[in-house]
Amino acid sequence: MKRHLIGAIAATTALTSLSPLPASAEDVTLTYTMWDGNQAPVYRQCADKFEAANPGIKIKISQDAWDNYWTTLTTSFVSGTAPDVFVNHLSRFPEFLTNGVMVDLSERIAADQVDMNAYLPGLAEVWNKDGQQWGMPKDWDTIALVYNKKMIADAGIKEEDLKNLDWNPKDGGSLEKLLAHLTLDQNGKRGDEPGFDKSKVAVYGWATDRTDGYGQTQWSFLAVSNGFKPIDKAWGTQYGYDSPALAETLTWQRDLALKKGFALSQEQTGKLNATAIFAAGKAAIVPDGSWNIGTYRDASKMEIGFAPVPKGPEGRRSMFNGLADSIWSGSQHQDEAWKWVKYLSGSECQTIVGKAGVVFPARPEGVTAAEEAHKAKNLDVSAFVMLATPETTFPFPISDYASEISTVLTTAVENVLLDKGDPATLLKDANDQVNGMF
Amino acid sequence: MMKAGSNVSRARRRRKETLTGLLFVAPALVGFLVFYLLPTLRAIQISLTDWNLMRAPKFVGFANYTKLLGDENFWHSAWVTFAYVLYNIPIQTALGLLLAVLSDRLARAVSLRAVIIAPYLISNVVAALVWLMMLDPILGLVNGFLEIVGIGRQGFLASPDQAMVSVAAISTWRHTGLTALLFYAGLQAIPRHLYEAARLEGAGEWTMFHRITLPLLRPVLAFVLVTSLIGSFQVFDVIAVATAGGPSNSTRVILWYIYENAFKFNKMGYASAISVVLFVTLILVTLLQMRLLKADQSDLT
Repeated sequence: MKRHLIGAIAATTALTSLSPLPASAEDVTLTYTMWDGNQAPVYRQCADKFEAANPGIKIKISQDAWDNYWTTLTTSFVSGTAPDVFVNHLSRFPEFLTNGVMVDLSERIAADQVDMNAYLPGLAEVWNKDGQQWGMPKDWDTIALVYNKKMIADAGIKEEDLKNLDWNPKDGGSLEKLLAHLTLDQNGKRGDEPGFDKSKVAVYGWATDRTDGYGQTQWSFLAVSNGFKPIDKAWGTQYGYDSPALAETLTWQRDLALKKGFALSQEQTGKLNATAIFAAGKAAIVPDGSWNIGTYRDASKMEIGFAPVPKGPEGRRSMFNGLADSIWSGSQHQDEAWKWVKYLSGSECQTIVGKAGVVFPARPEGVTAAEEAHKAKNLDVSAFVMLATPETTFPFPISDYASEISTVLTTAVENVLLDKGDPATLLKDANDQVNGMF
Repeated sequence: MMKAGSNVSRARRRRKETLTGLLFVAPALVGFLVFYLLPTLRAIQISLTDWNLMRAPKFVGFANYTKLLGDENFWHSAWVTFAYVLYNIPIQTALGLLLAVLSDRLARAVSLRAVIIAPYLISNVVAALVWLMMLDPILGLVNGFLEIVGIGRQGFLASPDQAMVSVAAISTWRHTGLTALLFYAGLQAIPRHLYEAARLEGAGEWTMFHRITLPLLRPVLAFVLVTSLIGSFQVFDVIAVATAGGPSNSTRVILWYIYENAFKFNKMGYASAISVVLFVTLILVTLLQMRLLKADQSDLT
C-alpha cells in the first residue's frame, strides 16, 4: 500500500514535469501589495495599462488590512515569499532599512534620469537617507476638519467662518466657542446656553478616533500648532513628549470632554471609528485624514464639508505623511519591479489614481485630477490640499523602534485623556522611557 | 515444541497488535509531533536567541529569561491574566454546574440544552465583534438600554476599569454552555438509585447535591477546571478583537504581550521566552490541580 502510494506520487510528479510548459513561460509575474482595499481596484487600472505597454510582465495585486499587513510582510521577508513591490510607511522605514529588505533605487533613478522634483515638495526627500532612495513617492495625506453641514446651518454658523478658526490651549479660541455652540444636550440646550446638561449630551461638537501615540488625526495638529515638536529631527533619537506645549494641548482636550462635555471623552470612544459616530449624527465635527474622504462621503447620508485645521499660536499645522512604493531586496525580478515602480510613480498612473478620488497622488497633476474628481461629486477638498506645503505641515516622526515607542506613548496619552494623573508627569515618564530605548 | 510454538505465535500476534495500534494513533501522533512538539522545541530554541525575523538569530543564552524577571510589563500582563482567570473561572464553573443540575433535575429537553450551548457555536472572533458593537459607549444597544432604565451609559470595553470584566463576561457568556453540557454528561453517569435511596432516607435536594452529585462529579469537575483554566490563561482572540490590550494596558494579558513582542516589535526570542515560561507555569498549575482534585480517582466504588 505504502509503495503504491509513493509510486502514485512519483507518477503524478513525473506527469506534471513532463506536461508541456505554458506558452507564456517567459512571463514574469510581479506581486504588488498594499493595505488599503479602496485602492486595489484603482491600481488594477494602472496595472492593465502597464501590462499592455510591457508585454511579458504581469502584475498581481494583493491586499491585506493594516493590522495584518506588517506581520504578513515581515514573515514573508523571512520565508522568502515577500511581494516584489510593496507600499511602504514611514513608521517602518528605519526598521526595514536596518534589516536590508529594501532595494536602493538611486542608481536606477540616475540611469533612467527620473525627475525627483516632479513631486510635491518633501515627498521624495523623506524616503531618502544619506543619498540613497528607498522608495518612490506614491501618495500623501493631511488632516482637516470634517463637518456636518446641516448641524452647522442649524446652529446659525456660516461655513465661511469655519475656514478662519483659531485655537489656543488657554481658552480654546474660536474653535472652543464653536464646539460649545454645536454641542446639544437631550433637552435641546446648546453647550453655551445656561442649563446645559453635560451628562446628557445628544450631539457632541467634537469627536475623534481613540487616541494613539502620534495623535495624527486626534491632537497632533493642535499640539504642533502650539509649538510641540514630536522628535528632534528625522531619524532622531530624542522625542519631545515632555514638552509643556503637548501637556497643555492634551489637558485642554481632556477638559473639553470631561469638564465641559463638548467632546466625546476617551472612555466614551469605543473601537468603532469616529466615522461611525459622525455617520450616526452624534458629532458635528471630526478631525480626520484625507485617506478617509471617500469613507465619509459613502458612509454618511448627510451632507459633509471640510475645513482646514484651526490656526494655533504658531500657525496652522497638519501632519504630512508620504507613502512610497519599495522593492523587496529578495525579489528575483528587480529589473521588472523597477519598471513597475517607475510607472507607479509616473504621471500616467498617478493621474489615473487621482481621477478615482481615493487618495492624493504625489504628483501635482495627480492632485489636480483628484480635486476635480471630488468637485464632480460636490466635495470641496481644498482644506486638505491647501495645507500640503512645507510651511504648514510637519513630518511623521521617523525613528527606530517605532512600534514599541508607539505602544508606550499610546498608553501615556490614554492615561492623560482618561485623567489618570498629572499630564506633565505621565508624559515625561513615557518620554524618558522612549528616549531610553536608543 | 508445542509450547514454544504457541509462544512465538503469541509474540507475533502481539507485535501485529502493537503495529495496528500504532497505525490507529498515527494521525494523532503525527499531528502532535508536527503541530505541538516541534513548535515547542523550536520555541525553546528561539527563546535562547535574539532574533528579529529579518536577520539571522544571535545566540544569547538565558538573557531573555533574566530580562523577563525585571520587565514590569511582563509582571503586569501576568497579573492582568490572573485577574481574568479569577473573574472567569468561578462564575463560569458555578453557572455551568447550576444550569446542568437544573436541566438534569427539572427539564431534560434536548432543545433546552441546544439553546444553552448555542453561544459556544459562535466563534470567539464573531462573539467579540458582536459584543464590541453592542457594548459601544455611544452607539451600542446595551448602553441605549441602560440609559432608558436610568442607570446611564458605561464605558465597558473602552473603560480601563471595566474592560477586563467585560472581556471576562463575554468569555463566560460563550463558554458557560459548554461547561454545562460537560457537567450534564457527567451527571448521567451517576446511578439514579443513589438519589432514590437518599430520598427514602429523607434527604433534601441540597443534601443530595452536596453528598451525592458533587463527589461523584469530581472527575468531570477536574476535567472542566483543568481545561478551562488553561484556556483562560491563554485568552487572546476576544482581546485581539475587542480591546487590543487597552485601554491603558488594562487588558494586556500574557498572550497579547507575547503577540506584541513577536509580531509588532519583532522580538522573536523574547516572545518565545515568555511563551516557554507560560508553558512551564501551565504544566505546574495543571499537575497541582490534578493532584488537589484527585482527578484520576472516582468515588463511585
